[in-house]
Amino acid sequence: MFEYAPAPESRDIVDIRPSYGLFINGEWVEPQGEERHKTVNPATEEVLAEVAWAGEADVDRAVQAAAKAFPAWSGMPGAERAKYLFRIARIIQERARELAVLETLDNGKPIRESRDVDLPLVAAHFFYYAGWADKLAYAGFGENPRPLGVAGQVIPWNFPLLMLAWKIAPALACGNTVVLKPAETTPLTALAFAEICRQADLPPGVVNIVTGAGETGAALVAHPGVDKVAFTGSTEVGRHIARSLAGTRKKLTLELGGKAANIVFEDAPIDQAVEGVVNGIFFNQGHVCCAGSRLLVQESVAADLLEALKRRLGTLRLGDPLDKNTDIGAINSAEQLAKIRELSEAGEAEGAERWSPSCPIPDRGYWFPPTLFTGVAQSHRIAREEIFGPVLSVLTFRTPAEAVEKANNTPYGLSAGVWTEKGSLMLWAASRLRAGVVWSNTFNRFDPASPFGGFKESGYGREGGRHGLEAYLAV
Amino acid sequence: MSEQAARLAVRKTYKLFVGGAFPRSESGRSYAVTSSKGDFLANAARASRKDARDAVSAARKAFSGWSGATAYNRGQILYRIAEMLEGRRAQFAAEVVDADGVSAKKAGELVDAAVDRLVWYAGWSDKIGAVLGSANPVAGPYFNLSSPEPTGVVAVVAPPMGPLLGLVSVIAPVIVTGNTCVVVASERAPLPAITLAEVLATSDLPGGVVNILTGSAAEIAPWLAGHMDVNGIDLTGADPELAVTCEELAAENLKRVLRPPAGRVDWLADPGIERMSAFLETKTVWHPIGV
Amino acid sequence: MTTPLAEVASSNSTLRAFLHGLPGVDRVGADARAAMLGTRSIKTTAKKQAVDMAIGMVDLTTLEGADTPGKVRAMCAKAMRPDPGDASVPPVAAVCVYPDLVATAVSALTGSGVKVASVATSFPSGRSSLEVKVTETSLAVAAGASEIDMVIDRGAFLAGDYLKVYEEIVAIKKACGDTHLKVILETGELATYDNVRRASWLAMIAGGDFIKTSTGKVSPAATLPVTLVMLEAVRDFRAATGRQVGVKPAGGIRTTKDAIKYLVLVNETAGPDWLHPDWFRLGASSLLNDLLMQRQKMATGRYAGPDYFTLD
Repeated sequence: MFEYAPAPESRDIVDIRPSYGLFINGEWVEPQGEERHKTVNPATEEVLAEVAWAGEADVDRAVQAAAKAFPAWSGMPGAERAKYLFRIARIIQERARELAVLETLDNGKPIRESRDVDLPLVAAHFFYYAGWADKLAYAGFGENPRPLGVAGQVIPWNFPLLMLAWKIAPALACGNTVVLKPAETTPLTALAFAEICRQADLPPGVVNIVTGAGETGAALVAHPGVDKVAFTGSTEVGRHIARSLAGTRKKLTLELGGKAANIVFEDAPIDQAVEGVVNGIFFNQGHVCCAGSRLLVQESVAADLLEALKRRLGTLRLGDPLDKNTDIGAINSAEQLAKIRELSEAGEAEGAERWSPSCPIPDRGYWFPPTLFTGVAQSHRIAREEIFGPVLSVLTFRTPAEAVEKANNTPYGLSAGVWTEKGSLMLWAASRLRAGVVWSNTFNRFDPASPFGGFKESGYGREGGRHGLEAYLAV
Repeated sequence: MSEQAARLAVRKTYKLFVGGAFPRSESGRSYAVTSSKGDFLANAARASRKDARDAVSAARKAFSGWSGATAYNRGQILYRIAEMLEGRRAQFAAEVVDADGVSAKKAGELVDAAVDRLVWYAGWSDKIGAVLGSANPVAGPYFNLSSPEPTGVVAVVAPPMGPLLGLVSVIAPVIVTGNTCVVVASERAPLPAITLAEVLATSDLPGGVVNILTGSAAEIAPWLAGHMDVNGIDLTGADPELAVTCEELAAENLKRVLRPPAGRVDWLADPGIERMSAFLETKTVWHPIGV
Repeated sequence: MTTPLAEVASSNSTLRAFLHGLPGVDRVGADARAAMLGTRSIKTTAKKQAVDMAIGMVDLTTLEGADTPGKVRAMCAKAMRPDPGDASVPPVAAVCVYPDLVATAVSALTGSGVKVASVATSFPSGRSSLEVKVTETSLAVAAGASEIDMVIDRGAFLAGDYLKVYEEIVAIKKACGDTHLKVILETGELATYDNVRRASWLAMIAGGDFIKTSTGKVSPAATLPVTLVMLEAVRDFRAATGRQVGVKPAGGIRTTKDAIKYLVLVNETAGPDWLHPDWFRLGASSLLNDLLMQRQKMATGRYAGPDYFTLD
C-alpha cells in the first residue's frame, strides 16, 4: 500500500476581498442596484465573496466607458497597444500561482489543471495576440484593417480566465475596447484580471468587467453601443443571441456546445487511446464544450478497450481540487450537478449500462464520479445531448464509413478525435468529419496559434491564430 | 402572303432548375414577367415552399460529391460554365436588354463581365485553401494544420438588380469552394437566371450543385432560412424587412448569414474574397510528431 | 366461393384449378387505381394521424451480412424510442433481423412491447431443403422471435408446383406454433399481378397470418399496385372464410409520402379494419427518419434536417 499524503497547494497566496464592485472605466464602482450574489467554492460550498449584479444602467455605463476609450485605443500605434498586452501577459506569468489557486477555488477544477493548463495558456494567449497588434496589415484582411468598436463579451464558467483571454486579447490587439461579463458562478479571476489591467496602466475604459447573470449578459448583447458580440456558452443561448441581433450591424461570433465523437479504430495505439479518451472526457470534470463525450470504438476491439479504460478509470483521484495529486475536481455548481444526474438517470432508464470506479465522494460540495455508459445507441439521450460532466457514452461501429457517419450524426460540430496508426485512414477520417477541430492520436490540446471553433450548431467564427483576428476587424 | 407572317416563333417555357432537371413548380403556379418597358416577356414558374424543400434535398444530395471533388476539377467546371456563357453571349445580352432596359452595348459589357467573373472565381478553387489555411506553430510536438472547408448547403437570395452579373457574382463564390446552393432568382427579372441554368446544365456541373427557383423571394426565402438542413444563407438580394425575418429564422440552426450590403453594390468592382470566406469553415487538425 | 378451402389443397391439380380459377387482374386497371389513390391529399390533422400511425406500423429492419450485435442493439434502441428528444413519438411495431441475432434483439427489447421478427427459411432466396428451413424457423422461435418472416419457394411456384409451396408454408406454420407467420411472396420475381393474387391466396389457405410483398433484396420490391392486389386478396379471403390476414409491403418505401399512400390504399381497399399494426406493417429502415422529420416539420413549421435524427 502506497498512500499519497495530502499535498494541498496553499490558498494563503490569494487575497479575496469580501465584496466586489464593477470594474468600469478603470475604477471599482458600486452598481446602481442593491443586488449582490455570493460566489462559492464548489468543493466545499464555502462562500468566497459577494459580487455585484450589474443592471441595464450599469451595463450602459460600462459600454459608454468603452466607447469613450475607443478612439484613443484604436488610434494608438499598434506597437504601443502590443506593449500593453505584453505587459499584461508578463503580469499574468508573475501572478500565475495566485491566479491558479483562485481559479481552482472559484471553479472547482484541480490545481494541476489550472496550474499546468489554464494559466500557461492564458499568458500565452496574451503574448500571441500582443504580437499581432502592430502586424495587422500583414494578416490578410487588407492594408489597413479597422477595429469594430466596442466588443460585448460573455464567457462561461468552465475555463473562466482562459475564456477571458481568448476574448480580450484579440479584441484589444485589433484596437477594440471591451465590456466583458464573466459567468455568474466564476467571477473572481475576471475581477483579479481587472486589477492586472490597473497594474499594467491600461488606459481606463479599454477593459470593463461587469458581473451578473443572464440578464446582465442580455443587456450587454442588446446594448446599441455594442458593435461586436462574442459569446461562449450553450447553443440555446447562442441561438437566442443570434436571433436578437437580426437586423443590426453587430458582428457576432459564437462558440457553443458540442457532442464530440472520439473514434478509436482497431489499429489504434491502445494505451495512448485510453489516455486520450480519459483526457477527452474527464479533463476539467468534462466541463468542456469540445469534450470527447461519445466514444466510438470499433466493435472488434471494444471489449479490450473497455477493459483497459475501466482499469485506467480506477486510478483517477477525485477529491480536494487544491491537492496537487487530484485528477477530478468538483462539479462547478449544484445546478450543473443536477443536470448531470438527470441525464445519467435517463441513460440508465434507456437501457445503457452504467459503470463508475469505486471512489469516495466528499461529504460537502458538488461531486460526480467518473462515469461510463456502455451499450449506448445513437438514439439515447446521453448520445445526443451535451452532458457537460464526467460522463462518457460508449458506442460501437463496424467500418470507417459507419464511424464517420455516426460521428457526424449530430447537430453539433465542434471537435472530434481519431485514433489510428494508419496515416491514410487518419487523414481520410479527418477530411470527412464535420468538426472545427480534429485531434488525431491526441485530444483536448489548445494553443493560441491554433484556430478553435465549430461547424453547424457549435457556432461560428474562430478563436486563436490569424483566423481569430477576423472576429475583431471590420472585414 | 407577307414575309413576316411566314413563321410563328417557338417560345421557350421557363421552368425551375432543381437537381439538374427543369421541373415546373409543384404548385402549378406561374407569373407574368415583363420587360423594363412593361411588355410581356414570358410566364415564369412561381416556386412554392415544396419546391424549396425539393431544391434543398437536391443540394444536400449533391454536396458530398461536389465538396469531395478535387479543387482542380471544380475550377475546370467553373471555367467550362464561362465558356458556355460566352457562347450564348448574344442571347444573354438580349435578355439583359429586356430585363434592365440598358443599351445593347452596355448589356454586352455586362455579359462579358459575368463571363470574366466566372473565370476569376474558377481560378480560386485551388488557391483559396492556401490563402485562408495555415500551418500553425503550436508550442508542443504537434503537427497543426488549418484549412477551409465548405459550409454545406447555402441558400442565396440573388440581387434584384443585375439579373446576370449580380446572379453569377453570388453563385460562383459559393460553389467554387465546394458548397452547393439553392438560389432564389431576381423576382423582377428571372429569365436570365433560367437561361443561366441551361448553361449550368451543359457545363459538366453535377445536378443539384446549383438549384434555381423563380418566384417571390418574400415567399420562398423564409422557408430556406428556417430549413434545418441549410447551413448558410446569403441575403444579398433581400429587402431590409425580409432580411430581418430570414436572419431570425436562420438563428434556429445557427446558419452562417451574409447580411445584405449596407449600400448599393457595384457588381463591376473587384469582389474580394469575402463572399467565399463567408461560407467556409476552418478545420484544424492536430497530430503528434514523434518516432 | 363454391369450393370449400379445406379441399382445395388436396392435390396439386385441385390447387391449380382453384388458383387459376381466381379472377384475373388487369394490370392497366390496377395500376390506374393505385395511382389514383396515390393522389389523395392528406393534410393537417389527417397527416399527423397518418405519420404516427405509420411509425407504429414500421418493422424496423436490418438484413445485412454485416449485421453485428452492436448494430442490432442500436437499432432496437431506436425502435423503442425513435426520437430521443421527443417522448411523444410512439415506438415502432417490430424489429426485423436475421435468426442468429434474434436473441440479441429480444434481450435489448425486453419489456418494451416492440416485437422481434426474424426472417427464416434460407432468406432471401429460399433455396434450401425443407428440413433446413424448419430447423431454422424452430431455432428462431426458440430464441424468442414473436414473428417469422418466411420466403416462399418462388421456383416451385413458377414451375406450377403449388402443392410444394403450400406444404412448405404449412410445415413452417407448424414449426412456428403460436408465433405469427408472415409469408413473403417476393412479388418482384412473380412477375405478374395474376401470380401475386394466386400466391396471396395460396399463402392464406396454407395458414399464413400475414402476406408480405418482398425481401427487399429483389427489385422491384413493394409497389402500390402489387400491394393493392394483395389487399384485395385479404379482403376477399376474410369475406370467404371469416379469417383476417395482415399485409406487409417491404422494401423501397422511403418517404412519408410513400407511407401515406400505402395507408390510403389500405383504407380504401381492405378497409379501416386493417389500419392497425396487427394487420398492416411497413417493412423499412430509412423511412422512419423521414416520418420523424415530417412530424417535426408539422410541430415546428420548419423543414427538418437529418442531423437532428439518429442513424443507427
